[in-house]
Amino acid sequence: MEARRPVFEIEGLHIDYATELGVLHAVRDVSLAVREHESFGLVGESGSGKSTLAMGAIRYLASNGRVTEGSVRLNGVDLLSLSGKELRELWGSRIGVVYQSPLSALNPSIVIGKQLAEVAQQHLGMDRAAAVGRVTEMLTKVAMPDPEAVMKRYPHQLSGGMLQRCVIAMALMTDPSLLIMDEPTTALDVTTQAVVLDLVADLKRESDSAILYITHDLGVITKICDRVGVMYAGEFMEQADLYELFKRPRHPYTLDLLGCVPRFDPTPQKRSLVTIPGAIPRVDELPHGCIFGPRCGFVEEACKAARPPLAEVAADHLSACRRWADVPPPAQYLREATEAVRTDVEGTRPDVLVAADRTRVHFKSTRRLIRGRAARPIRAVDGVDLEVRVGQTLGVVGESGSGKTTVARAIIGLTPATGGEITLHGKPLPPSTGKRPRATLREIQMVFQNPDASLNPTRSVGDAIMRPLTLLGGLSRQEARKQSKDLLRAVSLPVSYFERLPHELSGGEKQRVAIARAFAAEPELILCDEPISSLDVSVQGSLMNLLMKLQVEKQTSYVFISHDLSAVQHLSDAIAVVYLGHVMEIGDATRVLTPPFHPYTEALLSAVPLADPDIVQKPIRLGGSVPSAMDVPSGCRFHPRCPRFLGDICVEQEPPWREGEGDHRIYCHIPLDELTRLQAETLVLAGAEAGA
Amino acid sequence: MVEPNLNDELLDAAIMDEGVAAELLAPGNGNPRPSSWRLYWRRLKKRPAALVGTIIFCVFLFLAVFGPWVAPYDYQTQNVKVRLDAPSVAHPFGADQFGRDIFSRIIVGTRNIFLIGGFGTLVAVVIGTAIGLASGYVGGTSDEVVMRLLDVLLSFPSLLLALVLLSTVGPSNFNLVLVVAILYIPMVARVVRSMVLDLKNKEFVEAARVRGEKRSYILFREILPNSLPPLLVEASMRFSYSIFLVASLGYLGLGVQPPSPDWGLQINDARNFLPIAPWLLLFPACTIAVLVVSTNLMSDGLRQVMLPGGGRN
Repeated sequence: MEARRPVFEIEGLHIDYATELGVLHAVRDVSLAVREHESFGLVGESGSGKSTLAMGAIRYLASNGRVTEGSVRLNGVDLLSLSGKELRELWGSRIGVVYQSPLSALNPSIVIGKQLAEVAQQHLGMDRAAAVGRVTEMLTKVAMPDPEAVMKRYPHQLSGGMLQRCVIAMALMTDPSLLIMDEPTTALDVTTQAVVLDLVADLKRESDSAILYITHDLGVITKICDRVGVMYAGEFMEQADLYELFKRPRHPYTLDLLGCVPRFDPTPQKRSLVTIPGAIPRVDELPHGCIFGPRCGFVEEACKAARPPLAEVAADHLSACRRWADVPPPAQYLREATEAVRTDVEGTRPDVLVAADRTRVHFKSTRRLIRGRAARPIRAVDGVDLEVRVGQTLGVVGESGSGKTTVARAIIGLTPATGGEITLHGKPLPPSTGKRPRATLREIQMVFQNPDASLNPTRSVGDAIMRPLTLLGGLSRQEARKQSKDLLRAVSLPVSYFERLPHELSGGEKQRVAIARAFAAEPELILCDEPISSLDVSVQGSLMNLLMKLQVEKQTSYVFISHDLSAVQHLSDAIAVVYLGHVMEIGDATRVLTPPFHPYTEALLSAVPLADPDIVQKPIRLGGSVPSAMDVPSGCRFHPRCPRFLGDICVEQEPPWREGEGDHRIYCHIPLDELTRLQAETLVLAGAEAGA
Repeated sequence: MVEPNLNDELLDAAIMDEGVAAELLAPGNGNPRPSSWRLYWRRLKKRPAALVGTIIFCVFLFLAVFGPWVAPYDYQTQNVKVRLDAPSVAHPFGADQFGRDIFSRIIVGTRNIFLIGGFGTLVAVVIGTAIGLASGYVGGTSDEVVMRLLDVLLSFPSLLLALVLLSTVGPSNFNLVLVVAILYIPMVARVVRSMVLDLKNKEFVEAARVRGEKRSYILFREILPNSLPPLLVEASMRFSYSIFLVASLGYLGLGVQPPSPDWGLQINDARNFLPIAPWLLLFPACTIAVLVVSTNLMSDGLRQVMLPGGGRN
């Protein structure tokens, strides 16, 4: 590795927060160095202190936070010795920051051009005209289509991906030495995320900026980071170069994190994921000895005696584990620490439980009082056909705005379908919950996306689980109490949680309660609407394990909705790819994930950041964003963004359903053989196992 | 080294910055966060203004309940010898034109203010909550009609509307309560309705719909309990305004009728003696101000401890 000049160096940094519970040592004795043309990835679960570290290092902390010890140097300048005025000059000129939410990073009442020009005027001393020129140049650099038009727009007129590009352009305006990116793509769709990540990768090559990249997503790390630091409860557990860290981790925490993420594996066999028991400790209640000790699978008595220091265990590879030499290669560990949950016998096909037949959900758009265009309906779901089989999982993927949630809400009756038919066991379901008899309501339950909103804050956990038991199960309170405790055990929560209120639970625990509540009705089908997307990777992994375990035990069917293709492929027996209210491709998971793909599936597959540096994804990027469901494009609704656009036929005619093997169907004008031939290289799975 | 700068204000900011605290103190590790009421109390203790307001309010509440026993003189006893006397040890707030002790009259008058303001607010809260719940949950055209009707009520200046109503039905304690209630129903209803609009599409309400709960269950068991904190804040604000209103109406002669010791009435009587005995006017007026300000401080404090960040949950 050639010696690159370090741009940003942190040594022995300590950061404290003063809170009502006393002083919290949020970050303790942390060191790192980011070199030029390099991006350093900070990974860790929420609460690990990664944002605090980055913001504390540039002294941009909340009023109650302060740096107590250590040194931070940017190009040799000690940031901790600067005065407030000098710091303010540094921020925005030598240091650029890109936050998670682009909409709140920009002032909604000022046009983009003016906001960006202000930065150039303030920090580069340019006059108005020169500043505008600089803004145009920067917007072009971040691959913004039509920069002049964008500069005249207000933030709300741009899509999330475009806004994030504007924020990146703003951060780069002054050619900063250090660019801090705090989860910049977390709020974006995978397709947009891929475009932004490409952009960051280009910037890294072209500019001298060092990048400090904060994320919880190991897949994103794989795409753009050179060096990675794994944080846990305010300290580094491991630091190494990307490939080294992913292939030869020297800390059990890293190993576990890698195992929590579903691996891309298009075979029908279902395996569990690695779980990390317990939760990240509070910084004021750190355990004795190794702080990861209580959750570690490799822990020994000696680990509890003293806290192991972060020491160099190989060239450029730091680990804070005594037993680093015993940490096995990930592939071997995955085989040993996970188990096959079930393997389906080829050829057997369970009965259809729920079927949607040309289901439509059209919303009336607001009427215009004074003359105007005739109101067009919003075609949120526009003729969806799908089937859920008994005891199986149907995964539904698509970008936001594709109508995947609305399909689920139509099935359960929260948003009544306006056309087509939905049947349960072959019998048509009334469109809205109010018209469905109790016995029918009981058969379909839902787990919602937002764990904070899915439980009533004023009702205890026990109440929440008991209610469906007494209402739908017809149990007495006594029996319901007993059974709800069984359910708590089934979702691996202590029975003592019975009396707790939701605000006393963590996000993952709330979601477990929501799952227990859904299972309490003993339904045949549970709709899971992005149930894990707002949670940490380790919690995601254990929830996916839980869902799989309960499915095998109770033979419940799932509809699993997610924008995260790796989670969907991990859980699903069948997958439906949805775009703008219409299914583009549907079939057995294995067949959907191997060629031939629908061009949209292909684009999703090449955009999803897979947490394995050995997988080569062909860069197929979608331009623009999902069109409005009020203006569905003619012919094939995907044609304006399709990378394999044929010509007039796509614009003029609706594509045919092309039948593949089994019940695999693709909604495209291109014949299947042709697709197979074109798509051979989309996803190259290298012999990862062999190398390990 | 960065200069350590830890003062109470920063500590206060730390308390309110729940994002930071919540992230650092991820719950569920066998160490539950304090219950909400204990958290409210802890925050209230850190806000001296709100605490003082609450204490003064409680003193008035005590006087409202036990006033006649606490007051040094009977509020009706006339002592000709001390007519229009200036404040003294025997009569700390002086005596009025009939030689009645002003201090005692103020103390005894507290009860009326609290009864009329309190019952008026209570009726407004009950009816306003019912209207807000129903209107918000049903939605659509009926919601539109109800809210516009309430807007009509709101569009009248409140004192004017009160005068019109009272001069039609005649002044009595019962009518005063009704008037206070009618004036404040729209405001309470709007607060409750906005909470319902926010809550009715929350996932836990949808989960209730999915298991086939009745409408009444969803409204009273799922939505109402979560609307209580803002409702409580609104009620305390309404109460402080109702004190104002009742005093103003008393001053205009449409409120509590003599010989009941009413603060507004006392101010009206005192006008004639302003040049020779200003304390007749000063003390009742100050009492009203103190009670209104302390109630306001308390409701402000309630808002800050119960709805930090402007009511976002």
